[in-house]
Amino acid sequence: MATANIQVSETPLVLYALRRADDALVLGHRLSEWCGHAPMMEEDMALSNIALDLIGQARELYSYAAKAEGKDNDEDKLAYLRDVRQYRNLLLVEQPNGDFAQTLVRQFFYSAFADLYWRAMMNSRDTTLAAIAAKSEKESAYHLRHASEWIIRLGDGTDESHERAQAAIDHLWAFTGEMFAVDEGERALIHAGIAIDPGTLRGRWLTTLSDVVGEATLELPQNDWMQQGGRAGRHSEHLGHLLSELQSMQRTLPGLTW
Amino acid sequence: MYTQALNTAETDDRGLEDAVKATQFQARIDAEERIEPNDWMPAAYRKTLTRQISQHAHSEIVGMLPEGNWITRAPTLRRKAALLAKVQDECGHGLYLYAAAETLGTSREELVDAMLAGKAKYSSIFNYPTLTWADIGTVGWLVDGAAIMNQIPLCRCSYGPYARAMIRVCKEESFHQRQGYEIMLTLCRGSDEQKAMAQDALNRWWWPVLMMFGPPDATSQHSDTSTKWKIKRFSNDELRQKFVDASVPQAQYLGLAIPDPGMAQDAEGHWRYSEIDWTEFKQVLAGNGPCNRDRMAARRKSHDEGAWVREAAAAYAAKRAQRHTAQAAE
Repeated sequence: MATANIQVSETPLVLYALRRADDALVLGHRLSEWCGHAPMMEEDMALSNIALDLIGQARELYSYAAKAEGKDNDEDKLAYLRDVRQYRNLLLVEQPNGDFAQTLVRQFFYSAFADLYWRAMMNSRDTTLAAIAAKSEKESAYHLRHASEWIIRLGDGTDESHERAQAAIDHLWAFTGEMFAVDEGERALIHAGIAIDPGTLRGRWLTTLSDVVGEATLELPQNDWMQQGGRAGRHSEHLGHLLSELQSMQRTLPGLTW
Repeated sequence: MYTQALNTAETDDRGLEDAVKATQFQARIDAEERIEPNDWMPAAYRKTLTRQISQHAHSEIVGMLPEGNWITRAPTLRRKAALLAKVQDECGHGLYLYAAAETLGTSREELVDAMLAGKAKYSSIFNYPTLTWADIGTVGWLVDGAAIMNQIPLCRCSYGPYARAMIRVCKEESFHQRQGYEIMLTLCRGSDEQKAMAQDALNRWWWPVLMMFGPPDATSQHSDTSTKWKIKRFSNDELRQKFVDASVPQAQYLGLAIPDPGMAQDAEGHWRYSEIDWTEFKQVLAGNGPCNRDRMAARRKSHDEGAWVREAAAAYAAKRAQRHTAQAAE
């Protein structure tokens, strides 16, 4: 038995909330994969904590997307009953955990953006998004601090950790451009004061990265080529596997209360 | 999550200790005073507690694996968050308990190494697999329920740091148990498939959970030393019976059958259970449970693959300290 995908009426506002919700859920899910398997117990705790924050953000954003859509979808239907082509997250967050350096570099790139993004979104004219932003901003600031400290430790630790951290930066760099891209629907929300233009954050994001990466004795790549597609549902092969695990119960035993 | 009565008798080496100090020590215990890390204590007391607290810590950490097995597959976002938070709590308990054990003079690294080398035990219950979502409910309801039964008396343990750790741990375990029971209640009020899933989980976990309390009193290798030192306040069978008496009405409320056709209530109201298969218990303790090898392999893999991260953190800390020293000298 399998359950068909739900259909979502992706108005610009629904799509906007859904994209951020998918970012938070997919990254939270990835981090939760570490729980019980981290290099030290303190990191089992920390990564789980960050995962919990992100899953919490995702729940609020899905609920808001469902409300904005005004049909009978809810947070669980949106999370569990859309397939890979309907997911709208950044390619960056779906990348596999890899080693600890890859997980932390992924987190660093994302949190450095999310920290600025949520702070700016606190001024959104949409009161729900502004409220979600106020909560998420505090969480993101901690996530960024945690990730930055690790980038410095790994970069300026041993030869091996330095190499691993640099390899992770080089590998994940091409997935960062998507964070700053805007499409027509989002442009309209920006004009209406509901969303912010992420392009305006790029300079400060780069400064944060340069500062931390510099202190870590690491380097940012010169390569400008950026992968795109996540926001439109064109994902890497990794996401389908993540979703098949995430959604397995709702797909095999549909329509029940858990 | 939980330690079980695995401790074997400790050789009483008080003969080597100052007899006067030993008498004073016992008088303090008898007066229900707490023993603190800097207080004099018999070597055997220290050793017994180090082993018990570290076994408890290992159990919390290994116990993350069977429940962690469902974090990525939890059926709703609410359940996913709750399970992740729960497993995170277990890790916190582990850290807390290693810290309590360290107050007795053995480092966390040494204790963890002993576990990874197979020289230290953890609760045998975690050598059973979590096969369905109902197992997550059952583990919360019964495994955490059994843990609470064991740990509430430990809140009055004579060793201060352990007793205080247990107070906090018990509060969280009690929340976990209610959460587990609520999962079971939801399943039992659900579809036929969900009810069958709940019954199946109870069938598989019931007997291993009863084994968590350790061997029967009649055959227990325990000396009465732990009792005399007020580390242990109830016997294995006493705690097991308390647990069974508490659990049977809970199962009845769920509409589930305890997988023990011979179970009956006696004149005093106690639910008397059938003979436990101690051969299975011994086999699991000997390393032959369904998941012993998987659990150890998973812990060793995380430890080994994390070595470079811990080395990096240590190397960076050393460099930073060196820089601070150099700056201070300027």
